[in-house]
Amino acid sequence: MTATIGYDDVEVGTELPERLFPLRRVDLVRYAGASGDFNPIHWSERAAAEAGLPGVLAHGMLTMATATRLVTDWVGDPGAVLEIGVKFSSPVVVPDDDEGASVSVRGVVEKKLDDNRVVVNLTTRCRGEKVLMAARATVRLS
Amino acid sequence: MSLNQDFVGRNFVSPVPFQVGREHIRQFAQAIGDDNPLYHDVEAAKAAGYPDLVAPPTFLINAIPGALGLPTDDPALGLDYALVVHGEQRFTLRRPVVAGDELITTSTLTGIRAVGRNEVLVTTYRYDTTSGEEIAVGTCTLVSRGTAPPRG
Repeated sequence: MTATIGYDDVEVGTELPERLFPLRRVDLVRYAGASGDFNPIHWSERAAAEAGLPGVLAHGMLTMATATRLVTDWVGDPGAVLEIGVKFSSPVVVPDDDEGASVSVRGVVEKKLDDNRVVVNLTTRCRGEKVLMAARATVRLS
Repeated sequence: MSLNQDFVGRNFVSPVPFQVGREHIRQFAQAIGDDNPLYHDVEAAKAAGYPDLVAPPTFLINAIPGALGLPTDDPALGLDYALVVHGEQRFTLRRPVVAGDELITTSTLTGIRAVGRNEVLVTTYRYDTTSGEEIAVGTCTLVSRGTAPPRG
């Protein structure tokens, strides 16, 4: 279990370049199955409307997993993630079309801690809105 | 109707261990669109020093007891699932979850507070293996929309 990024190779301000992750309705259905979260607001237009929502929403945990992926892809070893925390600030509406929603994630090293640990601050947006706030991962580098 | 404060401080524990399986890890990784070989290829995971497939960090959400880690089916709590949205989520891992782990998750409702007309529930999770190794903790904040009583 070794991160492919060295602690000495990053500084406060080192950027994890932005990536775009598509979320389509089928991805929500697949996540519902894999996670067991079958809340219909994540797949049914009717249920979403009855709950007063602007449309079918991605699971918050799917958005969190997508943001976490920027970090795990950066370090290669997902076991290097020691802590991940987010606030869900705005819903990700996923229309029932071929494009779905596009979630952008970028990160920046915010702190260097002892024991080869760094804190990465993640910015996650959809249609210009920040969908996560205070999204931070603590990662052990090599 | 507002939530029942009597539930604050109570623990909810999985009645049976959560068995972490290879295919569940693969399905979960596929569902988050992640082809990291450590999630899919046992040999790659072993080459990286793990005993078996590694689970993505947020896989931990699957191992909470019941829906939302709360006794949502107990009418005494007064929680309407349809009114609940996820506010915050945090996981702190001592080590990653791997296939073959048997997890016992203890969920504790640590507080219910009114914020305007909403009620905010804070739940903490502790994940232990059946052999008594604590591998992770978590904190979940849920928002119950519109259930706080109006203030005079």
